[in-house]
Amino acid sequence: MRISRHTSRKDVPGGKAVDLNLLDPLIDKYKDKKGSMIPILQGTQDIYGYIPSEVFGKISSETGLEISDMYGVVTFYAQFRLIPAGKHIVKICHGTACHVQNANELTDALKDLLKINDGETTEDGMFTLESVACLGCCSLAPVMMIGDNTYGNLSRKETIKIIRGIKKMESK
Amino acid sequence: MEKTKVIVGLGSCGIAAGANKTYDKIKELRKAGDYDFKLKKTSCIGMCYNEPLVEIIDEKGSYLYGNIDEEKAVEIIQSHISEKSPVKDYVVSTKLFEASDNDFVENQVKITLRNCGFIDPENINEYEARDGYRALKRIAGLNISRLDIIQTVLDSGLRGRGGGGFPTGLKWKFANNNKSEEKYIICNADEGDPGAFMDRSVLEGDPHAVIEGMIIGAYAIEASGGVIYCRAEYPLAIKRLNIALEQARAKGYLGKNILGINGFDLDIYIKEGAGAFVCGEETALIASIEGERGMPRKRPPFPALSGLWEKPTNINNVETFANIPWIVQNGAEAYAKYGTEKSKGTKVFALAGKIKRSGLVEVPMGITIHDIIFKLGGGIKNDKKFKAVQLGGPSGGCIPASLSDTIVDYDSVNATGAIMGSGGMVVMDETTCMVDVAKFFLDFTQKESCGKCTFCRIGTKRMLEILTRITEGEGEAGDIEELERLSYQIKDNSLCGLGQTAPNPVLTTIKYFREEYEAHINDKKCPAKVCKKCITYEVDAEKCTGCMACKINCPVDAIDGEKKQIHFIREEECIHCGVCFTKCNFDAIKLL
Repeated sequence: MRISRHTSRKDVPGGKAVDLNLLDPLIDKYKDKKGSMIPILQGTQDIYGYIPSEVFGKISSETGLEISDMYGVVTFYAQFRLIPAGKHIVKICHGTACHVQNANELTDALKDLLKINDGETTEDGMFTLESVACLGCCSLAPVMMIGDNTYGNLSRKETIKIIRGIKKMESK
Repeated sequence: MEKTKVIVGLGSCGIAAGANKTYDKIKELRKAGDYDFKLKKTSCIGMCYNEPLVEIIDEKGSYLYGNIDEEKAVEIIQSHISEKSPVKDYVVSTKLFEASDNDFVENQVKITLRNCGFIDPENINEYEARDGYRALKRIAGLNISRLDIIQTVLDSGLRGRGGGGFPTGLKWKFANNNKSEEKYIICNADEGDPGAFMDRSVLEGDPHAVIEGMIIGAYAIEASGGVIYCRAEYPLAIKRLNIALEQARAKGYLGKNILGINGFDLDIYIKEGAGAFVCGEETALIASIEGERGMPRKRPPFPALSGLWEKPTNINNVETFANIPWIVQNGAEAYAKYGTEKSKGTKVFALAGKIKRSGLVEVPMGITIHDIIFKLGGGIKNDKKFKAVQLGGPSGGCIPASLSDTIVDYDSVNATGAIMGSGGMVVMDETTCMVDVAKFFLDFTQKESCGKCTFCRIGTKRMLEILTRITEGEGEAGDIEELERLSYQIKDNSLCGLGQTAPNPVLTTIKYFREEYEAHINDKKCPAKVCKKCITYEVDAEKCTGCMACKINCPVDAIDGEKKQIHFIREEECIHCGVCFTKCNFDAIKLL
């Protein structure tokens, strides 16, 4: 079921305070519009990179949306995250075309390399590993997307090389 | 004389293959000033397997170049533009001489994809130059009545291209019958079937066709508002739709009293989906637009009576809308000329998987699956044996090679146990395990189940558990029968299409590949050698170099052997993890 994709909330690494004032323009824009819950939450995630638990109270008191409804929506849709993601979100496509062309091998290779499980973030906050449903580039299967870049026709070796390349760039 | 044109295909797939670099390189060459040509962009032409694609149109005609990286770009510009000598080796398709993929183009009938790969999707003038918005102008100019439009769509025989196959004209008729001040028209662009990407290509390549189709639909049913529900995973499609909507507003195709039709007001906005497969279902999609969890609602009342904000609503798929302007412009007969008795027109298929030419093809309904895969798709990759084709995604099923003479129309495909679906065709060869494929789809539907109905929520979970056991070599007698029993219960007792069709991949694989299930359960063997726990690993004595990579990495120390000596796996201790196979650099681990 959909809610099971969300693991329980862990303590946020770094524990930076959340600046709630950043929400004001967003709330003003959507305040009295019907059907605005998802756009508000999408906007919130654009601001913070995730949905910090602190925002629910403020959004609720200023828009009248119920916290329970918001939590229901956040845990329903795959797009929302309640814990911050790494700097690079590595999305491995597990659509049908990618699956029959060994997408599992890529996920396994990266689990091994980054020492995290699917859906987790590395300790240094650099990478988040995610399995996603079809990215729509089936002709290039198996496919991986990092940021806005799509990489196609991947092998285990090549995938590892790409991640190592990013690591190297970041350590400079 | 018109200037020579150089056109680069910049769809998502092209960009993923490096088309932006190719484009930038060509731009750089032109800037340097040595060459004289017009540089343009277009979107996906469907030949994804040859991306990046560059088309050069000179006074003689068009040449489509395939697999053009930066280096080859320099070569073709130099040779074709400066020396007027096309680089024939790189040309994949042209009308001027024999080229490798001419048949890929010639065997298609393009109606939905009429502009994809031919126009710059960010330029409304190019759409208009190819008859764009002519259908709408025709309606306004000739004062064609709403009912006449609906009749035309009915006569064309167009059926919902999202997968349901419900006659579009009939849907419009229902929506038109329900009178209300407020009515909505929605485009379902939440293409969530893994393995399907035709809607993405249409949205990226010809957004105005979808918008024009929606405007005509809005006119026919008297809608006052329009929404395009597009999945957030398609950022390029959303960007191009936004540009197209802005242009349509500026030209008066959207707004108040559109094209002088008194009282015909319409605006369309985009609603980004947030990632939930179930939102492809009409009522769940409406709930999502309203800002709620995307859970399906009970029907009736159908959306045509009470949909978005409880107002009459009509929902069609991207491909359906893209056909509408063509039908209105060319007439119902021209469209109904293609296809079979009950399935008219053309259908776009997304070919993917173990196929040589993966990409988009548009063919008349009634063509056989064999022709699509072998004539258009070029056959199976690496010349392996064709085993099955998966149609309809998680709601569909696997059609075996023995039934490849099945024609594609809604009823013939349904008769096999699969469904036409939105048109994703994933081709499988002898190295694909059908039990694993069934498990893959069940894993998908089980995760995507919204949880509302018990049968779908718990039933799919139980089925997945059984399938997991089978693929891990722990299947038991009676598992197949239990899977069938659960399948029928889930199909009969689920509220929406997701649950009602979720068991299809399992039922069709049991029907056509029962022996594979039995091999897993009885012999603990995976014939396709995919399910790790059902594979026996053995060292190939001829290939082993004694490098010790397998021995060092074996997690349970089940491998014997000294350096530079042939290694040996102790079968009784092996846990079938497959690490030795992946770590071996000499291909010396045999799978039995």
